[in-house]
Order: sequence, then structure tokens, then C-alpha cells
Amino acid sequence: MSDTTDTGPVLAADGTPLKRSLARALRRQKMRALMLIAPLLIFILVSFILPVGDMLYRSVKNDIVADTLPRTVVAIQDWDANSGELPDEPVFAAMAADLKDAASAKTHTKVGTRLNYENPGIASAFRKAGRKAKKFDIENDGPWKEQLLDLNKAWGDVEVWRTIQTYSPRVTQGYFLNAVDMKVGPDGAEARPESEQIYMNLLKRTLWMSMLITFSCIVLAYPVAWILANLPMRVSNLLMILVLLPFWTSLLVRTSAWKILLQQQGVINDLLVWIGVVADENRLVIINNQFGTIIAMTHILLPFMILPMYSVMQTIPPTYLRAAKSLGATDWTAFWRVYFPQTVPGIGAGSILVFILAIGYYITPALVGGTKGTFISNQIAYHISTSLNWGLAAALGAILLAVVLVLYWAYDKIVGIDNVKLG
Amino acid sequence: MKVMKTLAATTALTVSAGAVSAQDMSNELVLVSWGGAYQDSQQKAYVEPYLAMNPGLTVTWDSSSAEAVAKLRAMEEAGNVTWDLVDAVASDSMRLCDEGLAEELNHDEMLAAAPDGTSASDDFGDLLVSDCFVPQIVYSTTFGYRNDMVGDTAPTSVCDIFDTTKYPGKRSLQKRPIDNVEWALYCDGVAKDELYDVLGSDGGMERALAKLDTIKDDVVWWTAGAETPQLLADGEVVFGSTFNGRLFSAIAEQNQPIGMLWDMQSFDLDGWILPAGLPADRRARALDFLKFATDTQRLADQAAYISYGPARASSAPLVGKHAELGIDMAPHMPTDPANAGNIHVYDYEWWADNRDDLNAKFEAWLAK
Repeated sequence: MSDTTDTGPVLAADGTPLKRSLARALRRQKMRALMLIAPLLIFILVSFILPVGDMLYRSVKNDIVADTLPRTVVAIQDWDANSGELPDEPVFAAMAADLKDAASAKTHTKVGTRLNYENPGIASAFRKAGRKAKKFDIENDGPWKEQLLDLNKAWGDVEVWRTIQTYSPRVTQGYFLNAVDMKVGPDGAEARPESEQIYMNLLKRTLWMSMLITFSCIVLAYPVAWILANLPMRVSNLLMILVLLPFWTSLLVRTSAWKILLQQQGVINDLLVWIGVVADENRLVIINNQFGTIIAMTHILLPFMILPMYSVMQTIPPTYLRAAKSLGATDWTAFWRVYFPQTVPGIGAGSILVFILAIGYYITPALVGGTKGTFISNQIAYHISTSLNWGLAAALGAILLAVVLVLYWAYDKIVGIDNVKLG
Repeated sequence: MKVMKTLAATTALTVSAGAVSAQDMSNELVLVSWGGAYQDSQQKAYVEPYLAMNPGLTVTWDSSSAEAVAKLRAMEEAGNVTWDLVDAVASDSMRLCDEGLAEELNHDEMLAAAPDGTSASDDFGDLLVSDCFVPQIVYSTTFGYRNDMVGDTAPTSVCDIFDTTKYPGKRSLQKRPIDNVEWALYCDGVAKDELYDVLGSDGGMERALAKLDTIKDDVVWWTAGAETPQLLADGEVVFGSTFNGRLFSAIAEQNQPIGMLWDMQSFDLDGWILPAGLPADRRARALDFLKFATDTQRLADQAAYISYGPARASSAPLVGKHAELGIDMAPHMPTDPANAGNIHVYDYEWWADNRDDLNAKFEAWLAK
């Protein structure tokens, strides 16, 4: 075969073209690799990506109005909310019929709760109407405009009907507008009154404080990691336990411990008064404010900074520093020009870990943050578990996620994600 | 934290139950409550006697009441409600009812009448604030103060909270608008029956916040009921609002130098709701337990373990002494005539409508 001179495709030993045979072998290899990661891939898809996606979708989902009030949604389409006039009888009749159905399906209060997020007071209008609605005789009891107005004066409010009209589509931008302190007004999106603006300030505060926490973690962790990396293994292992021990302790316990330390009648203040630095009447306020959150969270997140720094520093041979000094560098130059650049990947990895963990924290800020030291995650938790406004919580979560991704992208541009090492 | 406590009974399972009527009922009952001393009082007053009557039954506690509304909604969406009876505060029960997550109950049919024959709905009276709700206790959010930090004149009015010259020092308030804005308006001169008219009018909330502004720098805001007793015990605050039962245990059980300020105590209710759409056997078991656990004697028994007032009028005369301390419980009840001279009952329906809006204003004010 070796002396044949034809220019046909190169064949493999079994006579198939080599290209196809190679591709087949590669495909088999890829399949095998895919099968190996399949359990993890499926697990992540089912338990992480799908639920998160579903939760994020709630930030725009608004099926409930169209599903519960199908006739009203159609009838109210042509009404001009800016006319200042109430909708006509057909809209009221449609509403009465929808209310009757909704009341027997017990969904009228759900749609009331949904619309109440946008216009306080609607919930009770629906709740009260629902009690009577089961007995409505749609054919004979008209006119419904008067009937509904008799039931509750809320039905005579143009704004109530405007809210219903605005929120009849199946997809809404209302939650996202709310999450950036805006609302749907008569002429489109407009800012909320200043006394109701909370989320943008909270977001800015969350980002700013997370950066401060990351920075103080860098400052505190750097010398600790350096000592750990440069001590003999036996001693450094012992010291490493001191770093890890708090890491293994419950978050709540550590946060509560900070409360005892920092409060005005607490250990730190008592000590300062005792040595005479602070007068008894002027005890320091170092908890229930931003300072408290920064201290407690810096402590809690410190191991996430020390560990990557330590493992990077361990790989830097001490001979580099000695070489620099023998070539005439001062201590500072040797550190700054030779040692420090090699530790940047550790700082980078630690910073990403600490920053991303910090902006999602809510237990610690809730306990030691007082009023000015809480994060946006505290509001997300409030809307998930207390107000049940999951749409708004999802919108806030989506914004937080987007901000993290943007920052991650910026970080990649500035520091370079290849420049990050965990060890 | 979710603490699951399985009670009872591998030994009980070996005893063959004789009751015929019990055969259609599930042999498992999952109760949801608040944990701590309150759940213990329910365990001793209702569950232990009920278990004695129903050998073979297993009762499981889930201390998730604080997140009950959110968790129940998630369970319903997932189509798998694992709870049989949920202890909830009145406002949560109204929301669960509105969301269709709790079953509407026929109180007279499902609950025991009073011993003198008064129907259940008359016995509970006005406390049946929602069709889905069976109240157990009346509790109140009220103030405790440090005896040794208020000088010679102990505070007697809720408005002393706003008087920082007479009572300098920190005070702790719950981090939510409910109760606080009502107290603020009341102390700003609004009559008690006009509180919600003023609060609902333009500038009403701003007026309440302006009053709170006068003490804002002196307030420590709490989120968990245990915080105020701790802050008082540490001498960190002069006054603090919390649930009256928490103050009772700090005073009577831990001997802390704390006094009670009952003026304008804010009454609230706690009780059971039945999750909607339970399978027939579990529903039958839950209703059977509900009837037993909310009868006149059981509600009175609970008061021997915790200082919350029984929700039935007929239970009040049966309230006795504390089970361990042996002290008379009546004077520690928020409903005792000596304590209930000037009370505040917050308007559930009004708050259900306006909570989110006012909460946004409150949070914006806090952040300023």
C-alpha cells in the first residue's frame, strides 16, 4: 500500500478515511467526557439554573390580572384613563362578572394583593367586593356601575381603574421600575416621591460598603498570610487553625459575639472606660451603624481573603527576595517591585470571593447594621418572607445579579481574570 | 432555624388504638409554631394531653412560624403541603386567607362550644378577625423599663418614650412601622379613634415620622423578640418594646430589674390556620386536634406556662398559677383589667392595604 500514488483520502488501518475515523474517535472521547460531567451538569441545571431562571422570570410575570379578570381586561382596553371620567357600564359589568367567578374560585383576593403593590387600598376593595360577589346576578342586577360604587367607594376612583388598565398585560415592567425607585405614572415611567425612594440608595450603600469590607480584608489579611507563608510548616499549621476555627463557627454565633463586644455597655467600651480613654457618659457608638457592619463582616469574611493569599504566597520562593536585596534593592523596593507583584493573583482571588459574598450578606447587617448599615439583601429577604412581593424581590435580585456581572467584567478588564489564582 | 422535634412514640405505636372513629384520621400530625417557650406551652397544654388520648399518633413540630406565609406559598406552588396546622399571627392569617392558602372555617361547627353552651363564635367574639383563623392567645407588644435607670418617677404613659429630657438614654423599638407610628401620632395629640384617619390622610405618615424623628438618634431597632429583654438586661436601653411574655420571663423567671409599662399596649392575636387542600385523613386529624386544642380548658391551661391571655372569654376565669413558679398568672396577662386600662388594637385590614407603602416610607426615613 505504501507505494500507491493515488491522491485519494488517507485511509486508516480499517480502510475508512482517516479524517472520519479521527472525528469518530474524538466524538467518542467528547461523549465520554460529557457523560462524566453529566451528573453535575444535570444537577446544576435542575437545582440551580432552572429555579433561578424561574425566580428571575417572576420579575416581569403578570399573568394573574389577565387570568383572574379576563373580561375586564378586554373591556377596559379602549378606556382613556387621562379623560378623568370613570369607565363606562360595560367595564363595570365585566368587572362584576369577573368578580363573581373570581370569588367562587377564591382568587379575587390574590389579584387584589397583586394590584395593591401598585395602588394601596385596592386589596380591601377586592376583598370586600368578593364577599358580595358570589351572589351577583349578572343578567338582572345591573347597572353595575352603581352597584359597585355602593359596595365600596374605591370603585369610583379613576386611579383604581388606571391601575387595572396599566397592569393588565401579561408582562410588566412595574417590578423593575419599583426596584429602581420609579413607577408607572400617567405619562409613562416617573420617579417616586423622595420619601419613598429606598432601593437605589441601598444598592449604592451595599456596593460601597462591600468595597470597604473587601479593602479592610486585604489590609488585615496580607500580613497574616505573609507570616503564615514564611513560618516553618509546624508553626504555620498551628496558626492556620486559628484562622480556620472562627471559619467553622456558626455565623450567628460570631455575629452575636460582636454584639456583646461592640455595644455601649459591651466589652470594648468597658475596657476603654476602665483605662480612661473614653468618659463613661461618652461611650463610643460602634454598633447598629455602618461601622458595626464593616467590623463584623470583615472579621467573618477574613478567612476567604487569607486562604487564597496564603496559598499564592507559599509558592513564591524566598530566594527571589534575597536575590533582589543582594543586587542592591532596599527592603521596600524588594517588597514592592519583586514580592508584591507576585502576590497580586492571590489578592485578586480573595477580593472577588469576599466582595461577591459581601454584597449578598443579610444576616450580619440585619443584626449589627442598625438603620444605616443594612444591605439591599435585607430588603430582598423582607419581600420574600414578609411582604410576599416576590416579583419585586426577583427584580431586586436580578439587578443585583446584573451589577455583579458588570463588576466582574470590569474586574476582568482591569485585573484580568487569568491573573487570579487560588493556589 | 428549623428545629424538628419528633415526639412520641415508638412505644405508643405498639399499643393498638381502640377508637373506631380514629381510623379515618392520619396517624401523623405536623404542627408549625414559633419554637421557644411559646411552643413549649402548646406542647404541655394541648399536645401532651392529646397524645395521651390518642396513642399511636405522632406529632412533629416545625418551628417555622416566622416564615410561615412564604413557606406555605412555596409549598402550595410545589404542590406538596407538608404542614397540617400552622400557628400564625392574625395579620399573617389574613394574608394566608387572601392568598387562598388557608381554609375558611366554620367556627361553630368545627370548634367546641364553651362549657355553658355559648357558641364558639360568640366565645371568641371580636377576636375572630379572619374566616380562616382560630385565635389561641392575646399577646401584646408593650414596653419594659429598667427600674434603676428611670430615676424616682417610673414611666406611666407611653408618651414617656418620646420624652428624652425626663428619661435620657436609648430606647428599643421594633423595626417596622406598625405600632410605632400609632404611638407617635397618639403622643403627638391624635385621639385614639382617629389614628387611622390621620395616618391615611395626606401627610399623616410624615407627621408620625416627624414625631419619631425627635427620638431617632436614641433608638435601637430590633427585629427579634429576644433582643429587647437582652438590651434591658445589659443596661443598653432604658425602655424597650417587645412581646409581653418575653418581659414576663425576664422579670419573673430571670429576676431582672425590669418594670412593665402597660399603657397603650398593642394587642395582637396568635392562632391556628388550616392549610387549604389537605388530604381528607390529614384534614380530619388536624380538625380533631384543633377542636380539642382550642376548647375552654386547654386555652386556660396554656396560661400556666406563658403570660399570654387565652382568646376565649370563657377561659379567663380558669386561669390559675404558673406551673413552675407558683405565682398568680392573672396580673401578668395583658388582658387583666389592671393592665388593660388603655390599650391599642391595630387595624389589621388597614395595615393589610397600606403596609407595603408605609414600609417603603419607613425604610426611606430610617435610611436618612
